[in-house]
Amino acid sequence: MNLLKVENVSMIFGGLTAVKDFNLNLNQGEIVALIGPNGAEKTTSMLAVSGILKRNPGSVYFEGEDISSTEAHKLVKSGISQVPEGRGIFPNLTVLENLSLGAYLRNDREQIKKDRDWAMDLFPRLRERSGQIAGTLSGGELQMLSIARSLMARPKVLLMDEPSMGLAPIVVEEIFRIIKYLNKENNTTILLVEQNALMALLVSNRAYVLEVGTIINEGPSQDLRKDEAIQKAYLGI
Amino acid sequence: MKQKKTLLTVIAILVLFLGVFWADQTLDSYKMRILNLCAIYVVLGLSMNLINGFTGLFSLGHAGFMAVGAYTTAILTMPDVVKGQNFFMVPMMKPLDTMHVPFFLALLIGGIFAGVVGYLIGAPALRLRGDYLAIATLGFAEIIRVVFTNLQSITNGALGLKGIPESSNIWWTFGVAMVTVLFIGSLINSSYGRAFKAIREDEIAAESMGISLFKHKVLAFTIGAFFAGVGGGLLGSLMGTIDPLMFRFFLTFNILLIIILGGMGSITGTIISAFIITIGTEALRFLDESMTIGNLVIPGISGLRMVVFSALLMIVVLFFNRGIMGTNEFTWDRLFAKFGKKPLVKGGNKQ
Repeated sequence: MNLLKVENVSMIFGGLTAVKDFNLNLNQGEIVALIGPNGAEKTTSMLAVSGILKRNPGSVYFEGEDISSTEAHKLVKSGISQVPEGRGIFPNLTVLENLSLGAYLRNDREQIKKDRDWAMDLFPRLRERSGQIAGTLSGGELQMLSIARSLMARPKVLLMDEPSMGLAPIVVEEIFRIIKYLNKENNTTILLVEQNALMALLVSNRAYVLEVGTIINEGPSQDLRKDEAIQKAYLGI
Repeated sequence: MKQKKTLLTVIAILVLFLGVFWADQTLDSYKMRILNLCAIYVVLGLSMNLINGFTGLFSLGHAGFMAVGAYTTAILTMPDVVKGQNFFMVPMMKPLDTMHVPFFLALLIGGIFAGVVGYLIGAPALRLRGDYLAIATLGFAEIIRVVFTNLQSITNGALGLKGIPESSNIWWTFGVAMVTVLFIGSLINSSYGRAFKAIREDEIAAESMGISLFKHKVLAFTIGAFFAGVGGGLLGSLMGTIDPLMFRFFLTFNILLIIILGGMGSITGTIISAFIITIGTEALRFLDESMTIGNLVIPGISGLRMVVFSALLMIVVLFFNRGIMGTNEFTWDRLFAKFGKKPLVKGGNKQ
């Protein structure tokens, strides 16, 4: 059974159709990439999945349940967590406060503390900076904080929007290593929206290619990597 | 360490208590009135800071909430005879003209009414953001004022209410101010407070943390309106007379000045600047009178002292845009750190 299933979702803004008939499914334990160029409405599709933008028409199912009309903030409780585009860090709060907010809906104090330690083991840089105001972190550290924060909710599905945006290649590699690690060791299912198609196709099991609001291709990432059209358009080979 | 801090807090409260006692015994009524006003502005400033500073909702409806609180408290505490004297144009509406409750209860009811009005305004208006919210709340505050001007049989219209029992004394005002500080302080440090700050920082991120934007915004707005109502009630009973013109935008502006000067999102800052602004307003009163500098005689310009505050506001906005305290708070830890007794070690270190 699909863990997350998106069926025929369209996004219409003031008469303009941004996303058309978007279909996507996510199986337990997968990393699925959603790749596409600038303006392909990758982020819009992501926000449609998490319900932060209102979907009109279309349905989203999570663990077999229809969550189409569930408010965005309630999805976190059911196990969908999001790493928003541009990281969405709370700049005037400390790193620790940011992490605590990730566990906002949880009440098990002891376990939250343990998870926080675990998250800081995952990103040792965050431990060094734990008392610091988040706004003073570097781009890579912010991205790490954003990922760590969304993990604090103990998600079943992690939606990541452009985790590599604006980062140095070495940091990008580190982030993708962590993504792979989370998927393998923590068994987190991940939907990865990426512009960096090369990296995304390397770490993911399957991928969807989005162009101007429509999915034009989908399949196992290995096959897509060999696809000539994709190589030409995205991989620069 | 924790016990020590609690002890220090208790001592601080005792010192405040003694200070109030001393003021009550020695100061003349003019100075007492200023001190009372300071405490009331602390309440008002904190209530606005909760909405504007901590939750980041740019609301300008404070005067309206204060009017609701002030009128409710006044109507519920005025003796029947005074009500009869006040309402000589149109008699007062039936059950209200013989209704009264003790001052404390009246304040509470005033606060609750203001909170209800805050909720009713907030529920639709909080869908707006930024400047639009400011305009909408400002409009609602004016609507409240205009409604009060025209409800002749309840509020006595433009004539206002005179002879309100002057129940506010320094114990009431400082007591309420302290309760407000403690309440808002613990609210801010609770998980609600963290949610408020998260909303201020980034709404989309807050929502993806599982924070209900609507619920928390309305909650902050309602609590803020409640304390604004209580502050309004205190102010009315301190002045002894209220009328709708008191609750114009100017009043909101005064409180806004306090929280901007003190620091949006700082309780300590609000307390400090409430005292500075209130005492400053009195201390600068000489500017309104005619002055003689050498041979030059400057005729009195009323309102000149407000120019000083406007200038001050501009300076703060331009050069110190985080106010006196920014988002920092006074804590014992910080005090110790300043005097180098104990290094700040908090969280993050694996023990």
